[in-house]
Amino acid sequence: MTGVPLSAYLVLALVLFCIGLYGALTKRNAVIVLISIELMLNAANINLVAFSKFGVTPSITGQVFSLFTITIAAAEAAVGLAILMSLYRNRKTVNVDEMEMMKN
Amino acid sequence: MMEHAWLIPIFPLVTFLVLLLSGGRLRDRGAFIGIICTLASFVLSLLVLIERFKEPTYNISIDWLSFGGTQLSAGFEINQLNALMLVVVSLVSLLVQIYSKGYMKGEVRFSIFYAYLGFFTFAMLGLVMAPNLLQLYIFWELVGVGSFLLIGFYFYKLEAKAAAKKAFIMTRIGDVGLLIGIILLFWETGSFEYGEIFQAVQSGMISSEKLTLIAILIFIGAVGKSGQFPLHTWLPDAMEGPTPVSALIHAATMVAAGVYLVAAMFPLFMASSAAMQVVAITGGITAIFAASIAMVQKDVKRVLAYSTISQLGFMMLALGTSGYVAGVFHLMTHAFFKALLFLAAGSVIHAIHTQDMEKMGGLWRKLNWTGPLFLTGTLAISGFPLLSGFFSKDEILMAAWENGSYILFGLAVVTSFLTAFYMFRLFFMMFAGDSRSQAEQVKESPFIMLIPMLALALLAVIGGYIQTPWFGTFLGEWLVEGNEALLGASHSEGPVWIMLMAVLVSLAGIYLAYMIYVKKKLSREWLVKENSEVFRILENKYYIDEIYHFTAGYAIKGFSIFLSYIERFIVGGLVSTVTSSIEGLGKVGSKLQTGQVQQYGMIAFLGLAVLLVIFAVTGGYLR
Repeated sequence: MTGVPLSAYLVLALVLFCIGLYGALTKRNAVIVLISIELMLNAANINLVAFSKFGVTPSITGQVFSLFTITIAAAEAAVGLAILMSLYRNRKTVNVDEMEMMKN
Repeated sequence: MMEHAWLIPIFPLVTFLVLLLSGGRLRDRGAFIGIICTLASFVLSLLVLIERFKEPTYNISIDWLSFGGTQLSAGFEINQLNALMLVVVSLVSLLVQIYSKGYMKGEVRFSIFYAYLGFFTFAMLGLVMAPNLLQLYIFWELVGVGSFLLIGFYFYKLEAKAAAKKAFIMTRIGDVGLLIGIILLFWETGSFEYGEIFQAVQSGMISSEKLTLIAILIFIGAVGKSGQFPLHTWLPDAMEGPTPVSALIHAATMVAAGVYLVAAMFPLFMASSAAMQVVAITGGITAIFAASIAMVQKDVKRVLAYSTISQLGFMMLALGTSGYVAGVFHLMTHAFFKALLFLAAGSVIHAIHTQDMEKMGGLWRKLNWTGPLFLTGTLAISGFPLLSGFFSKDEILMAAWENGSYILFGLAVVTSFLTAFYMFRLFFMMFAGDSRSQAEQVKESPFIMLIPMLALALLAVIGGYIQTPWFGTFLGEWLVEGNEALLGASHSEGPVWIMLMAVLVSLAGIYLAYMIYVKKKLSREWLVKENSEVFRILENKYYIDEIYHFTAGYAIKGFSIFLSYIERFIVGGLVSTVTSSIEGLGKVGSKLQTGQVQQYGMIAFLGLAVLLVIFAVTGGYLR
């Protein structure tokens, strides 16, 4: 169990973040974009938990923070989905590139 | 009493303010306020004059501004000339205001008219009381404003509007000269006070070339205000104002200001013989030039206007030939008879509603009061013996002779012949012969208009007796008292034949007019035909207006077109370049705003990446 080094966690988090970023910037469906954002948040969580064990002064703080992040991510997802619902009712679409009312 | 003299200009100012603030609600009652206030001014001026006979010059001033080592003061001075001018101005203004009560009856802006009259009187009274040139200049400009308002009183008439502008702009040209002269004087002497300036002039502090230049520049101011050639063209046009205004402008205020200025600065002019020459020659040319035009004009008021220019030329001629007393004396007598002539002409116009002499005639029997009053004025201005104009004109001729300027003397004699001729031409065409008027019934003017004319007629008759060769030269002695060195003799001496010739010349002028216009021995048509070229030039006033139009007018127009192009293409171009470049920037910025949230995210992420790269390469700003 001692074989997993810090860099492995960080690489996992990096890969996860990049996938999330790629999804958030390229996918047209707003639901997928929201899911991608969740991915990015979780990548950050992995970092936090990893550093709480391997950091300069290991402590519980990182895990506490990640719990906060999860809570906020849940709230964010709820709000985001609510906005998405009302947008869908108004515009009959969930495509991000069609939501351009703020243009120019 | 003299220490309260500052109240004299305040009364008319009160009229102005009260009538202006009441906004026309007072209607005809405005006249009473104006008349009462001016009466107060007149009474006070008279008291001041009487006191000035016994007491020395009163001068008081308070510090107004101080900067560096220079003190500017404001105050007032009562010397002989000022005291005399105060009485003349307030008297003529008072009489004109009484007259206007009848003349302007029914005018919608009646009380505004009185407000302007009050303002004009205030400015002129302030002008003659000024103890220094700076204060004089301020009131000088206020007089200009007053004349602008009054000449343009019928502003709904195009001619009146143009005439008001013309008067303002033409006199402005002179004012610039005056201002430069004052600045140069201040530069040379470090003072605006008359006394200090004259002292500096006497002590030879200023080089003679500078002195001549300054005197001529100040004279240019007088040329503009007093309608001397070549800046006279505004004066005949100023006839567009109501007739009482013409009387006021021509007799007491506006045009007298120029002559007053030269008289007040007389010691300065005396110090430069070249400047005196300029004054005298300008005066002489103006006198004969305007008199020749007056001979052929058809409009009553225009004839009188040109006669004013001519008479002002006489005054300048007198001053220029060292005849200080003669000039001031003629200024005073002229104020009386010219005001009388204008008021009487106004009375005629009031009666038959035309200003064209050709449409008048035969009014002697119909206007039983105005006729003799007009005749009195005409006789006085023609230099008929024993009337006021005779004495003052005589004094001028003597002064010119004594000074040895025989050419100018000749000019003056010819001009007095012309004066007698054109004034009687005017008189005969208006009053003699058969009526050519279309007006059904000609009614004499109301009593209130006759009273001021009677007063002026009385003064026009007896006004000359304060300075005669026979009964003493009271005015002259008083005017130069204590200043003989600066102002010259109290009267001019000359051979007796000058007086006889002056009488003969004016009688000859009257006789010639009688022959042509009453007896018709000389046919007018024949005269016109024989001299058609001359008549054409005279009728067109020597084409001076046209010359100005084609030279100065076009030059200024060309220059302003040039300036407008600079404005439009250089200044405007710069401004529009700035605006259009900012507008372009905004357009580019708004193009970036696509509304695509993912693009924003991409850009933000790339920006972060760039920052991180920079951070990695440079090691950050903390390093």
